[in-house]
Amino acid sequence: MTQRRSYQVGTGLFILLGFAALAYLATQTTSVANFRQGESYTLKASFTNVGQLKLRAPVKIAGVRIGSVEAIDLDPAKLEASVRLAIDKKFDQLPDDSSAAIFTSGLLGDQYVGVQPGGSPDMFKDGDEFVLTQSSLQLEDLIGKFLVNGSPSPKPAESGDGSAKPPAPDQHQ
Amino acid sequence: MSARPTSRLGDALAQVGACGLFLLQVLGAVPKSLRHFRETIRQIWFVGAMSLVIIMTCGLFVGAVLGLQLYDVLSRFGASAMSGTVVALALYRELGPVVTALLFAGRAGTSITAEIGLMRATDQLAAMEMMAVDPLAYVAAPRFIAGVVALPLLACVFNAMAILGAHAVCVSWLGLDGGTFWSNMTASVDVWTDVVNGVWKSVAFGAVCTLIATFNGYTTAPTSEGVAYATTRTVVFSSIATLALDFVMTAFLT
Repeated sequence: MTQRRSYQVGTGLFILLGFAALAYLATQTTSVANFRQGESYTLKASFTNVGQLKLRAPVKIAGVRIGSVEAIDLDPAKLEASVRLAIDKKFDQLPDDSSAAIFTSGLLGDQYVGVQPGGSPDMFKDGDEFVLTQSSLQLEDLIGKFLVNGSPSPKPAESGDGSAKPPAPDQHQ
Repeated sequence: MSARPTSRLGDALAQVGACGLFLLQVLGAVPKSLRHFRETIRQIWFVGAMSLVIIMTCGLFVGAVLGLQLYDVLSRFGASAMSGTVVALALYRELGPVVTALLFAGRAGTSITAEIGLMRATDQLAAMEMMAVDPLAYVAAPRFIAGVVALPLLACVFNAMAILGAHAVCVSWLGLDGGTFWSNMTASVDVWTDVVNGVWKSVAFGAVCTLIATFNGYTTAPTSEGVAYATTRTVVFSSIATLALDFVMTAFLT
């Protein structure tokens, strides 16, 4: 009897462990982890070009995630991309002259919206719009400009060898 | 088993057909086997919980090796930050379900075949029929259910351990930034197309592996040599079926 009991308990524990592992995989290692978001408020920003910005891309200040991209639409009047950002309620002390720009994390990384805080004493409220924005940097445009002008940029040779993270590549060799 | 010399292809086809019929019989016996629910629990314990140690150890090492290899290879492209992402995608989509199924075939499939084969060889199955206990419902179906339930759970445990192993290697040993490791992973791994598809795969592998194991045990030649032969066949056929089915399922799921 006790033996029967022990394997039943063991089976229960095993099933529990399996589901715990599944829950861990599903919530901690996938995009669901980024979805976890409490109360948020909305800010808007228009960009002339959003590049490869995707929905749910992070919004960061000083590299710290403060929210995510909620919607990307075309403003039919201005023919510009209007991006809606969901900012965490925690971070409601953003000066209303802050600027938003689209950056790329690393050379090949995903794009995110970086916010540069301003100095205004007034803070952004729900539904406000960024006045100062800077569009995504298009690598193709840069290369095009570089080819047309032919002007030697400071370090043209080093831009291609992927040394975005200098300490990483040959550390253990 | 018949003395009449038939072509090998015909034999193989007959085996596949018999296996398919056996699957239908087992599925038909599943409702009846719910009366022997205790037996199902005991089988889940036996094929699932008892396999945990080997699954967890192997998962840890597979993850560690993946982390090591991918970090080295991705560094050549300056993309070592993507190590975590590639490890997770490779595990969830392919390696987790497949390696778990192969280990499962070796660890649990063989013992299922040997156990049922010995029951056959010592006429225990016939004795059950004499006592009006359907051996399909009491012996085959609980093991089949146990395999279908246990393998996905084992695969999840395997994946989780492998992620921890990769994290230990990439972050703690090779010095990749922990935030980069996790944030790149969470940015590119999707619940439905990656994690859940892997779970579906392992459900299918669990069904196939335990079906082959029970079928081989059930149709063993009632000799010690027959049991040995059946056990070998279980591992060989389970591995082939798993890898072939993996290809087909990948083609359909992605």
